[in-house]
Amino acid sequence: MDVKGAAMARGVLMRVKNRNLRQSINSLLADLLNKGLLEAVLVPQPVSSKESVVQTLVTEPEKLEGANVLAPVLPVSSAQIVSHITRLGASPKPLGLVMRSCEIRALIELVKLKQASLDNLVTIGIDCLGTYSVRDYADMVSRKEDPTHSLLEGVKEGEEGSYLRPACRVCEHSVPAFGDLTVGFIGLEWEEKFILEAGSQRGEEILAALHLDSSQSFPQREKAISQLTQERTNKRDELFSRTRKEISGWENLSSVFATCINCHNCMTACPLCYCKECFFSSSTFEFEPSKYLQLADRKGILKMPTDTLLFHLGRMNHMAVCCVGCGLCEQACPSNIALLKIFKMVGHQVQGVFKYVPGRSLEEEIPLAVFKEDELEKVGEE
Amino acid sequence: MGQFEPKIVGFLCNWCSYAGADLAGTSRMQYPPNIRPIRVMCSGSVDSAYILRALLAGADGVLVGGCHPGDCHYVSGNYKARRRITILKEIMKALGLEDERVRIRWISASEGKRYADTVSRMTSDMRELGPNPVARLWWT
Repeated sequence: MDVKGAAMARGVLMRVKNRNLRQSINSLLADLLNKGLLEAVLVPQPVSSKESVVQTLVTEPEKLEGANVLAPVLPVSSAQIVSHITRLGASPKPLGLVMRSCEIRALIELVKLKQASLDNLVTIGIDCLGTYSVRDYADMVSRKEDPTHSLLEGVKEGEEGSYLRPACRVCEHSVPAFGDLTVGFIGLEWEEKFILEAGSQRGEEILAALHLDSSQSFPQREKAISQLTQERTNKRDELFSRTRKEISGWENLSSVFATCINCHNCMTACPLCYCKECFFSSSTFEFEPSKYLQLADRKGILKMPTDTLLFHLGRMNHMAVCCVGCGLCEQACPSNIALLKIFKMVGHQVQGVFKYVPGRSLEEEIPLAVFKEDELEKVGEE
Repeated sequence: MGQFEPKIVGFLCNWCSYAGADLAGTSRMQYPPNIRPIRVMCSGSVDSAYILRALLAGADGVLVGGCHPGDCHYVSGNYKARRRITILKEIMKALGLEDERVRIRWISASEGKRYADTVSRMTSDMRELGPNPVARLWWT
């Protein structure tokens, strides 16, 4: 696939109608359906209470009127949805996917893990300033606030971020680096205009079919993006060093995970935990009553449910090299365990060993899926 | 109280390291009795979760023994093990979990002496490192 880096991408400036960015994006998507360039699009739509959004697969252009691709809430990673749609085979017709950066990056990893197919899919990345937790989003709506508006306004006034999910506060990828098309608004007057960038051959064909000339570059936008990325990278590094201090060692680490109730919600919400049969859900961890008593007798006390730290460390060993840092594990945790900072910090360190960046490219191989004969030569030798 | 005797769990591959351990025994080599060998078909079949489970259950060290690179009975299992253990140790480092308690060593079927030396060395290193701190925590 021919993909350009986001920073290099050129695009076309689009006019926002009626100062309504959301509707303008919706009518662009409707246009893609009407012109037969796409057969369906995957977009988030608010539920009737407006307190959250759900992912929907839309084929009728009119059904896009209520869509809100800007809603700053992420109940599920659409990468997981795409994996469900394409697991049994590629989509027979062109399907557009409106996705945030973390969702696209997770999808790239799932494709490499052979859990999704990109054939006939058109990824439409969208700038993301961050999302609120499902609970905070619902609270804001019930207080009659418009979360979408407050986030975009907050950014304009430079005070974004304090209520965002912890994952988003330290996210270095506000702009999708990988997408056939990208809808961008960072660095622009979002009530006036947005841009549409082509990131691949396919994207360029679509823009050509819409008679759009995507040759403009936007230095102001690039400046705003690199500034935001820098701020969040700094916050990330601060978080990493704080986290290292807080959780280092068996005693500190195990007390973080001690309240885990073994519900496996983190695993279910994780777009990259794809195994159909998880070792940690297997009968390996179902013991005879006498075994529980024997285990309890070892130290005279046994935490129930057992093996929760093992579950988290095991999961980490299996997926941390692919972790895209979406933080959905943490959002799904009923015990409020601060999973994101641990998984992101560990993921960053492990990925560094193999200079691997999850979601960066389809060609880069997942470190756990391959090996080289001439590498790591010191391992195994004294 | 006598000196601390570490418990070491050894995952030894059927084709090389386990045979190496056997050779050490049949050659009547002396080495510390601190290792509990578990025969596995290949070092590549040892998931990181098994190693972590041993540590969480109170093992003071875990040794994974495989064929030398290039000699794997299944062609590439030990290369996969090498990556997996590298990742496990890096994660342990990131979390401050004494990654030196986990070792992978290449021991062929003819290297009885290397097996005995490896176990002696690991036993003395673990003795120096002291008991695995997780063994006294109940809330894991």
